[in-house]
Order: sequence, then C-alpha cells, then structure tokens
Amino acid sequence: MGITFRKETFRDDFTFRNSPEHIRRFPFPFHEDAYMYAVNIEPHVVGPKGSVLENLIDVDEHYVAEMQDRALVLAEDPLRCQSLPHMTLAGWDLLELLMEQQALGYPEHFTLTRDGDRWRWINRPLGIDDTFTFGDTSTLPYGPMEYITRQSQGDFCILDQRDGNLWMDAGMVTTQADWSLDFDIGMNFFEWHAPVPLAHEKGIFVRALKFLTNIQQGKPARRLNWTMTINPRLDTSPENYHKWGPDRTTVTPENVGDKVHLRVELQSFWRLPRSNSIVFPIRCYLIKMDELVTQPKWARRLHRVIRDLPEELATYKGLTRYRPTLVEWLSRLDDGSPTSPGFGPD
Amino acid sequence: MSTGTTKLDVVVSDVVPVNELVTRFHFRRRDGQMLPTFSGGAHVVVEMRDGDRTRLNPYSLMGSPLDTREYTISVRRDDVGRGGSLFMHRSVKPGLEMVISYPVNLFSLDLRARKHLMLAGGIGITPFMAQTAQLAGEGGNFELHYTCRTASLGTYADVLRERYDRRIRLYHDDRDERIDLDRLLSTQPLGTHLYVCGPAGMINWARDRAASLGWPSEAVHFEHFAAPQPGLPFDVTLAVSGKTIRVGEQQSLLEAIEAAGVDPPYLCRGGVCGQCETNVISYDGKFIHNDHWLSEEDHRSGCKIMPCVSRFEGRSLVLER
Repeated sequence: MGITFRKETFRDDFTFRNSPEHIRRFPFPFHEDAYMYAVNIEPHVVGPKGSVLENLIDVDEHYVAEMQDRALVLAEDPLRCQSLPHMTLAGWDLLELLMEQQALGYPEHFTLTRDGDRWRWINRPLGIDDTFTFGDTSTLPYGPMEYITRQSQGDFCILDQRDGNLWMDAGMVTTQADWSLDFDIGMNFFEWHAPVPLAHEKGIFVRALKFLTNIQQGKPARRLNWTMTINPRLDTSPENYHKWGPDRTTVTPENVGDKVHLRVELQSFWRLPRSNSIVFPIRCYLIKMDELVTQPKWARRLHRVIRDLPEELATYKGLTRYRPTLVEWLSRLDDGSPTSPGFGPD
Repeated sequence: MSTGTTKLDVVVSDVVPVNELVTRFHFRRRDGQMLPTFSGGAHVVVEMRDGDRTRLNPYSLMGSPLDTREYTISVRRDDVGRGGSLFMHRSVKPGLEMVISYPVNLFSLDLRARKHLMLAGGIGITPFMAQTAQLAGEGGNFELHYTCRTASLGTYADVLRERYDRRIRLYHDDRDERIDLDRLLSTQPLGTHLYVCGPAGMINWARDRAASLGWPSEAVHFEHFAAPQPGLPFDVTLAVSGKTIRVGEQQSLLEAIEAAGVDPPYLCRGGVCGQCETNVISYDGKFIHNDHWLSEEDHRSGCKIMPCVSRFEGRSLVLER
C-alpha cells in the first residue's frame, strides 16, 4: 500500500492539512491537564503501529511537500545547511543511519543496496536513483549530510563531542522554532543554551550535557517539546522573523481554528559510530486547532493546559498576544468532564 | 537506559598468541551479521562467566573500523591482577559463546587535528591499532611513538612498521631507548593533537611535559589502562536498596554492588567516564580514590565515590545505591 503523499504548501496560500488518520497519530504532548517543564527523556524505541513511533525515523504524508519546502528555503538561504570541515565523516554516519532507517521502515518507497563501498539509493517519492561510493564525497551531488537531509523530514544538528562538551559543528536546519544554525554553529552546549532563562541556575544543562555525552551507540533517546505557530509555517527562523512574527497579531475569534497550530517537536539523540559524534534530529509536527479538536479529549485538555500555563512560560513560548482568544475559543469545547490518562485520543 | 550499553552475542572465532604475555581474541556475531561500526579508540566490555561469578573487563577494539566482520582485542596476561586476563588466557577458546557490549569510545580522535601524534606504552598500543587504520584510510596525518620493554614484547610493532613504515618509531627499554619528549612536543606543527595510552607514569609524564611546553589541554588526549586495584576487604551499606555487602580483596566495589543484585550504570569500569558516580551518605574511615573523574575537591569532600575503581578503609560506609 504505502503512504499517499499530499500536495501542499507551508507558505503563501498555506494548503497544509492533516488527513483524518494523521490527526489520530499526531504526537499530542500533554499526558495530563497541566504542563510544567520536566526531564521527559526516554529510550527511543519502536512504539505502537500507526503512531509516529512505529519507526525510529518517521516518514509521513507530508514528506514530499516538506522536502520541496526545504529546497525553497535552501535556495533563498544556503547557510541553513552548514558543516565544518571535520564533520564530513559524521555526515556519512548520518547518511547511513537515515538511509537504513527509511529503507527499513518504508521498503515500498526507499531501497538501499550495498556492494562493499558501492551503494545504490532509490527514493521513489522524490524520483531519485543514485549510485555512489560510500566515503567519497565526489560521487554525490552534495556533501553526505546535505544529500540525505534534503531527503529526510525534520531538522538535524550534528554535535561533535570533545573536551567533555558538545559542539554544534554541522546541521540542516530549515523548520526551526525561532533559532538559527548560522548563529549557533561552532558553539558548545552551554553557549547555545545561554538565552534560556532559569535552567542554568537549576543545573539542568549540566545534567543534560552529562546525559547526552553518555548516549551510547545502539541506544538512542528521545523527548517531546512543543510550542505554537500561527499558520502552518515550517520555517519560523530568526532570519525570516519579519515574515512570520506579524502573523501573531492576526488571530481573531473567527480564524483561531484555522490559523493557530500546535507545533510538536520529536527530538531524538543518537550516537554516530564512525565519528563518535551525536546527531539530534528535531522532527516537527503541525496540527491546526480545527483538526486537533476533532479529538474531544485533546480539546478539553489543551484548553486546561493553555489556560493554566504559568505567565513566564506563555511569554517564553510567544503565546501572549493570542492566548486569551485561543482560551476563549477552546473553552467552548471543554464540558468540564475528566480526561483519561495518557497522550492518545479516546 | 541506565545500565551500560546494548549487548552483542558473539562467538570466539579465533585465539592467537602474539607473544609471551599477549593473546589476541577474535569475535564474530552469533547470527552471522556484521558487527556495529565503531571509531578508532573505542572499547567493548567483555563479560566473562567464571564459575558463579561474572567478570566485566573493558578492552580496546584493535581491528580496522573499516571492517566489522569481526572484532579483535588483545589481552595482556597479568599474573598478579584480579583474574580477568588470566580467565581470558586460560578459559577462552575458539567456539566459546560470549556476550560483549556495543562499542563505547572514551578515547576518540579529534577530527579537527592537522596532525595526530600518538604515544603508546606496552599494551597501550591497542587503541592505536584501530586509530591508525582509520586515519590511514582517510589519508590522515599521524605519527606513532611506541615504547616497549624488549623487542619481543613489542606487540604488533612489526605489523605497524610494515603498514606505516617511518610513521612508526619504536623504543626498547632494554636498549635504554627513550622518547625525546621535549624535542618531539616542541617541534610539532600548530594544530597537532597528542594522544597517549599506556601506564599511568607515562601518561602523567606526557601531560606534564605538554603543559610545560604550552600545549593547550584540549589538544592532549589520554586513556588510562587502569584496572581496579585489589585491597583490604570492607563493608558497605547501600541505603536505597537496604543491603549491607562485603567487598572482597580481589573485587571492586562496583562488582560487589552488582553481585548484590543492584544494577548501577557503568561504561568504562576504569574510573574515567563518570557513569557510576555515587553519593556517599556517611562514612567513618578513609577513601582510596583511584579514579580520574572526580575533582580533587570532590575527593576531599567525602561526598562522592566512583565504585568501579575506588576503595575504602575504615569502620563504616553508607552509599546512596
């Protein structure tokens, strides 16, 4: 059977939609009626069939459209993809990981054949059939990281590990929530987290770094993060703030359901074998309020979460301007009945 | 995710005596698949079922990371050690099914280096076998200086000379040959990284000389080949698990905790990775800290211990495990 890939846009006319099956598999991030920071890291293992965790690297109905949007972003701004010279080996590691995982999870769409160093990669959704020499950059149209991440959903940060720290030395970042690879490239873990308030004093980053530097080959980990975005924009970068920032003033009681999107990041962490670096895929999922509230449990719970969110958190996530409008709209879908435990819809 | 790494089921495919002290072991996957790719400097933890006790020793992978049909390690026999190397030499034969960990690298190459300068002492040569193979495959610039007691104990010296020719320099103690370290360190091109693996004395000497000659500490990498030291038996109370255990003379504190059915995390079992760090709740006595993870301040504070290599002498010790 295979996936039916949607034709849609994440800019201009914003035709992005989730099919009913995809609404049900959305990684809703709230397991209870309130939200607070938590160290929600768990082993990245295969989850239930039909969920976004059915495969460790998820490919969904938005694949083709997302890859087209990435190509547009890169054409306007090639600095969204950068790799310092010592990271080429890590790029090959990532190429192998993504080809293996995509071919394993979606054999009807992707095929990887190896004959020693001669590899053949078939990507049917994007119409690619390339043969190349693993390890020889001259046999690919781009560097190995750029080649494979132009064909993989989500952003990818590759972190070099040295001196007991992690360094953001390579990445493909086109679907980010207001941060910039071009700004962070070459920074270490503490440097790129410097803008985050409070967490430093609590020692959270020291513990997180310790956890991440101990990630082992064969034992990836994951966590969910969330924010909200107005209109289904994948590219909400600081470079393009002038395009998406003003959107936040356009939310009205009439258009909440169509404009306001919950943005969930499934972040995973993997040790790469040849380079000993860590790759951090950040997979972005979007869902508009009209789609989300088709699941009554999620509608009730999201109302309570957003209503009760501490002010600092709401500010940090950039919700301030439209929160009252959103809460008012969601409140009409909250009959006050209890929500069942867990993330999934009823 | 706490304890150690994912495991691999392997079979011993070959056992090859290398010289009077060193034996090489080859492992293949029991299911016939390729083993996981690794990077030069990585080790695996080998589980040894020795009667009713399980020994877990880390050994550097010394094959080429470019070929993962098999893993190879080399084990130096230590007749006065705690018995792991003797078990490997005496009891591990071709065909034996064993369990090893996924590779872990705590002695990684810094791929930014313009040149890799390597110093090996004795069995400390093993991680460099993989690192030189990796660098040679990529056309990397390296130079290896290798000291051994006698020519016959120069494990793999002949292999290395044949593969890399003048990039290998050998020094034999019995001929009074000694690395002219100051000259070596002061004549390297900018951007050179130094890697040292061997006895503690050699590592300290190299780190000290490099620091005196103005090498940045980020450019100096080292791996201790430190096994847990034996010592007087002592008693420990594990507060979380509510158990009191005895640590035997030849047993590490970590092994005793594991034998009691408590499963603390670990990676290196050699006092460098920090995984098994444990809080001390109370003590009356003196710590014998053998680790390279905790700071001097941590050691003085009496609040923390690395159970993989450190011991205790005294009346009572209570740990948060």
